[in-house]
Amino acid sequence: MAVLPNARLLVGAGLFGLFAISLCIGVDDLPMGSVFTDAGALQLLLVSRLPRTVAVVLTGAGLAIAGLVLQILVRNRFVEPITTGTGQSAALGVLAVTLLFPTASIAMKTLGASLTALAGTSVFLTIAHRLPPTQPFLIPLFGLVYGGVIGAAVTFIAWQADLLQYVDIWTNGEFSGVLRGRYELLWILAAMVALAWWVADRLTIASMGREVSLGLGLNYQRIVQLGLVMVAVISSLAVVVVGMIPFVGLVVPNLVSRLMGDNLKSALPWVAMTGAVLLLACDIIGRLIRYPYEIPVGTVLGVVGSGLFLWILFGRTQRA
Amino acid sequence: MIEINNVSLRLGGTQILEDVSLTMPKGGVTALVGPNGAGKSSLLSLIARLQPLQTGSISVDGLPVDTTPSRRLAKTLAILRQDPAVASRLKVRELVGFGRFPHQRGRIDANDLLLIEAALQQFGLMDLADRFLDNLSGGQRQRAMVAMAFCQGTDYMLLDEPLNNLDMLFARQLMRDLRAAADNDRRTVIVVLHDINHAAVYADRIVAMKSGRVVADGPPAEVLRPDVLAQVFGYDMDVIDVGGAPLVLHHR
Amino acid sequence: MPDKRLLILAVLAVVAAIAFMTVGLRGNIAFALELRAVRLVTLIQVGVAIAISTVVFQTVTANRVLTPQIMGLDALYLFGQMALVLTLGSVGYVALDPRLKFAGEAGLMMAMALVLFLPMLRRRFDVGLLLLTGVVLGVLFRSLAMLIARLIDPNEFAVVQGSSFADFNTVRPDLVVIGLVVTTVAAVIIWRLRHLLDIVALGADSATGLGVDWTKALAGLLLLVAALVAVSTALVGPVTFFGLLVVALAERIVDSRRHRLLLPAAMLTAVIVLLGGQMALQHLLDGAATLGVVIEFVGGLVFLAMLITTSKR
Repeated sequence: MAVLPNARLLVGAGLFGLFAISLCIGVDDLPMGSVFTDAGALQLLLVSRLPRTVAVVLTGAGLAIAGLVLQILVRNRFVEPITTGTGQSAALGVLAVTLLFPTASIAMKTLGASLTALAGTSVFLTIAHRLPPTQPFLIPLFGLVYGGVIGAAVTFIAWQADLLQYVDIWTNGEFSGVLRGRYELLWILAAMVALAWWVADRLTIASMGREVSLGLGLNYQRIVQLGLVMVAVISSLAVVVVGMIPFVGLVVPNLVSRLMGDNLKSALPWVAMTGAVLLLACDIIGRLIRYPYEIPVGTVLGVVGSGLFLWILFGRTQRA
Repeated sequence: MIEINNVSLRLGGTQILEDVSLTMPKGGVTALVGPNGAGKSSLLSLIARLQPLQTGSISVDGLPVDTTPSRRLAKTLAILRQDPAVASRLKVRELVGFGRFPHQRGRIDANDLLLIEAALQQFGLMDLADRFLDNLSGGQRQRAMVAMAFCQGTDYMLLDEPLNNLDMLFARQLMRDLRAAADNDRRTVIVVLHDINHAAVYADRIVAMKSGRVVADGPPAEVLRPDVLAQVFGYDMDVIDVGGAPLVLHHR
Repeated sequence: MPDKRLLILAVLAVVAAIAFMTVGLRGNIAFALELRAVRLVTLIQVGVAIAISTVVFQTVTANRVLTPQIMGLDALYLFGQMALVLTLGSVGYVALDPRLKFAGEAGLMMAMALVLFLPMLRRRFDVGLLLLTGVVLGVLFRSLAMLIARLIDPNEFAVVQGSSFADFNTVRPDLVVIGLVVTTVAAVIIWRLRHLLDIVALGADSATGLGVDWTKALAGLLLLVAALVAVSTALVGPVTFFGLLVVALAERIVDSRRHRLLLPAAMLTAVIVLLGGQMALQHLLDGAATLGVVIEFVGGLVFLAMLITTSKR
């Protein structure tokens, strides 16, 4: 148990350190000392660097929480919204809005995406609950292919409508396009994280299943609905503003659960922070590894996240 | 008092319960016994509103279970289902603490802390309080779940085969704890039991069910008679008297 | 009776091939025929490669909802490709003879398949865990391939980007011959092993009891599967669910899991579906959709349905 304070310290320090590093990295040289003397430098910081860093933090925290909530709803540790149909349903929604109302605002697109994401996730949840609980790996597998089929439909429709380049933007998460004035919707993610923390006890009870929840007088149905809305809204915002970023929602809740358990009143803030740290780290790697070019953070996470996930998967079986 | 009137239940074309009427007064330990598929667990689920009522009515202390708000009922009865399979990584103390949820909605005060410690004490969990559930044995986890139901502080405690996964030592310990909860804390304990001899020793009253109906209902000495047992379980068995309590030789 | 069904399938396949060569022939007949012949050979060998590799893979893993591609084998090929580019440099890579390139990529992939999957299959993991691991490995290698592609050339990462769907319209005359050789050799070997495969299908314990060297058999079959997947991936790109679709269909048709029947039935079904589907889309729907997308979509739905129904049992 002595690892706990250290882990917390590490996450906290990591968040600060990476935040600072993220502000310093960019194609244009930006000496931090000059910010207070040079108006141009300050401008660069406020218009580009700061918004990007804040967007990464918000998205990382939001996706980690969305993964956590979905894992509770499905009662399976190996799912997350971006790879199990929610993200793809959201992309389908944006595509539909873009096709039907080409002039729709980004908020409208998010709304459309949220609605389809809600529908897609509800279908997934319904089927997942019917799969036998004795085979825990069937559910994530089902989710991956379910997401794949919806993704194929998105690609096909976009290909027909000659919108493939947009689909690429929604499916490949990256932060290079984030500037002041183009990411502010992401602050809704902060509200979602706060909401999750507000209902943390209820979520913990819900994670123990319907019967335990009912026995404790919790309206299980309502917490499931609330959770679905949270998952759908977070995923849609991420897809519309920065694109799909896999594995954050999958890996982070598992890591935090190992270190501090599932009592969300205490663990949830750490899930959010660890999500932010992971995404910041991957975004920084993506910016530095082929400097001055950028590798999309989604691609970096495809490697880092799947590696971490395999580690979780096999670390678990070896213990059991 | 729990009043069950003309309750029937059909699930997927199978008749699970057929016109069950039963009254269970407040206090004491009541054991539900019967062969597999008799409908004991279903009846328990109906009383605890885990399963929606189809026909008939059930009320607990005058509260109809189908219309009373779930949160209100959670202050009157606690339910522990068979194999709740809690996969969450919670510490024992945290789990037991969630028993206070119906009263506080998450804000634990000094009084709650006392009740949590008392529940841990009562079920011998003090040494395990800071361990994670997934590091415990099946029997220890089961006791933690019972302690959580106890900590809910309700007049009624409903338990569905709590002795599953328990070895003889822990099974006896749990039955004694339940007896103590009834005697010292004036809880009303309703428990589904597979082992009829545990019922013989620890229950005040035995309700025997078969094929969705109540076949016998009374104190152990009345229910645990060869003729009744043969009717319930479908074969003949001897009953002997050991120190004033009936002992059913069901295994011979 | 199943033999009669095989005969019908064979006749249908021949009819499909003839139709593929002749329907709607216009213009320079000789040129068109030559082009079509190359495409016909491509489609047939891709169909055969996918069908038998799927049958063998399902037998080895004792699971009917698997294809080598679901387990990420084609991503290994992609990764092998990228690794080759990385070691040779993009200039050296482009200058390389395509057949040599293919041999190198296939070799890399077969070695990696052996290293990654043999331990997993030998330790007899829970099938669900096996599947999930395969899928995630697939993601890992696909991402690695993309990462490498971006590292090599941050501006033009089209090298592997375009291959998220199989394209049955591409013709690679440079690879047709080597592909044909690999497919034929592998098919002949697998056909001669058909009785062994029936025993392997009984599972590790029974097969070992019947005197099969399990590890050796597993390794050999895995290599064959990898070689076949390399052929189909090199020729048309990733086809995740097509194998699942045709093997499930073939099993319905011959109503047997005996390899003597299932192998030819799956091959013929694959050829009929590929040729028929290609013609239908080309002539009836005027190329409104690409076959790869349609097959993956339908195959994905079939996979989901099979997952749900088999888990119910």
